[in-house]
Amino acid sequence: MNIKILGSGCSNCKKLQQLAVETAKEMGIEADFEKVEDIQKIMGYGVMRTPALVINEKVKVFGRIPGKDEIKKYIEDEK
Amino acid sequence: MIKVFADFVVYTLIRLDPKTRLGESINFFVYDTIKIFLMLAVIIFIVSIIRSFFPPERTKKLLGEGKKRGIFGNILAALLGIVTPFCSCSAVPVFIGFVESGIPLGVTFSFLISSPMVNEIALVMLWGLFGWPIALLYIVTGVFIAIIAGIIIGKLKLEKYVEEYVYTIKMGDVLIEKPTWKRRAIDAKDYVIEILKKIWIYVVIGIGIGAVMHGWVPAGFLTKYAGRDNPFAVIVAVLLGIPLYSNAAGVIPIVKELTRAGMAMGTALAFMMAVTALSLPEMIILRKVLKPRLLAIFIGIMAVTIIFIGYMFNIIL
Repeated sequence: MNIKILGSGCSNCKKLQQLAVETAKEMGIEADFEKVEDIQKIMGYGVMRTPALVINEKVKVFGRIPGKDEIKKYIEDEK
Repeated sequence: MIKVFADFVVYTLIRLDPKTRLGESINFFVYDTIKIFLMLAVIIFIVSIIRSFFPPERTKKLLGEGKKRGIFGNILAALLGIVTPFCSCSAVPVFIGFVESGIPLGVTFSFLISSPMVNEIALVMLWGLFGWPIALLYIVTGVFIAIIAGIIIGKLKLEKYVEEYVYTIKMGDVLIEKPTWKRRAIDAKDYVIEILKKIWIYVVIGIGIGAVMHGWVPAGFLTKYAGRDNPFAVIVAVLLGIPLYSNAAGVIPIVKELTRAGMAMGTALAFMMAVTALSLPEMIILRKVLKPRLLAIFIGIMAVTIIFIGYMFNIIL
C-alpha cells in the first residue's frame, strides 16, 4: 500500500503524517509513506487545500485533518 | 446581561469604584472581552456552516463555468470571496488552481482580495464594538474594493507578470465530497476552537489597550491630528497599515478608541482595511506566484483604492 501526504510542510501536514503512520501501525499494515511537498505535484492531484491524504493514488481527504477512525476506514477500503 | 455580570465582577467582587478611571477601564475590559468572545464563538460557527457549502473547488467551478466574463466575473468572485473558506497558507494553490482553470487574472484577484479582507473575525469585532451599520459598511466596501481592483488588474493585461511555472501546471480533478450535517457541525466546532486559539491573545491585548485608552485618553484628543480636517490623515493611516502585521482581532478594539479620541471614521475604516487586506506575510506568500512588478502594482492599486474610500467616507459620514 502506498500512502502519500500532500502539503508544503505546514504543521497540519506533519500532524496528518503522524496520524497516518500511527494508524497503519496499529492496523498492522505495511505501507510506504511518501511526503509530497512539490506544489506542481500536489496540484496534479487536483488539491487546492492541504493537507491531503492519498492512498494508492486516490485522494481520500483534503483541506482538513481526518480522525484516526476515518483514516482507518480509508486504509480498509484500499486493502 | 453581560453588563450586569461585568458590573458585578468589577464593582462587587473586586470592589473597584465605578467612578475611578481604573474601575471604569477594568469594567470596560471585562464587558468587551466577554461580549466579543461570545460573539466570536457563535458567529464563526454559523459562518463555518455556511462556508461548508462553498469550498474553493466549487467556487472555482462556478467562476470558470459559462460566460461569466467581464465585470460579472469580478462581482461574482468578490461575493464568493466572502463565503469561501481560505487561509493565507492556501493562497498559492488557490491562485494557481483558478488561473489553471481559465479564470481571468482580474477575476482571480477580485476573489483573492475580498476573501481575506471580508472575514468573520473583522465582522464580529466591528459588529461588537462599532455596531452593525459600520460592520455592514465595511463588508459592502470590501466587496466594492475587490471588484474595482480586480477590474483594473484585468484591464491592465498583467498575465505576463505571473510566474511562468504557474502556466505549466496541469491540475487533476478531485471529487468534491458532500459533507453530512454532522461533518459540517464538527468541522465548524473545530474551526471555532482553532480560530479562538489563534486570536484570543490579540483580542485580549487589543481590548486591554482599548480599555486603558478608554480610561485615560480624553475624547477629542486626536481630533486635531486624525480628524477629518487633516487632509493627510487617510494617507498616513493607510501607509502605516500596510506593513503593520496584525489581524482584525487586535487592531479593531484600538481603532475604536482612536475614533473616540477623534479619528475620523473614514480614516479608521481605511486603516483597518489596509491592515487586513495588505499584510506583509500575505505578500511574501503571493510573491511565489507573482513577479515583483505585479505584486507592486497590486499593492499600489489597493493602497490608492483604500485611500480613496477613506476620503469618501470622511466626506459623507
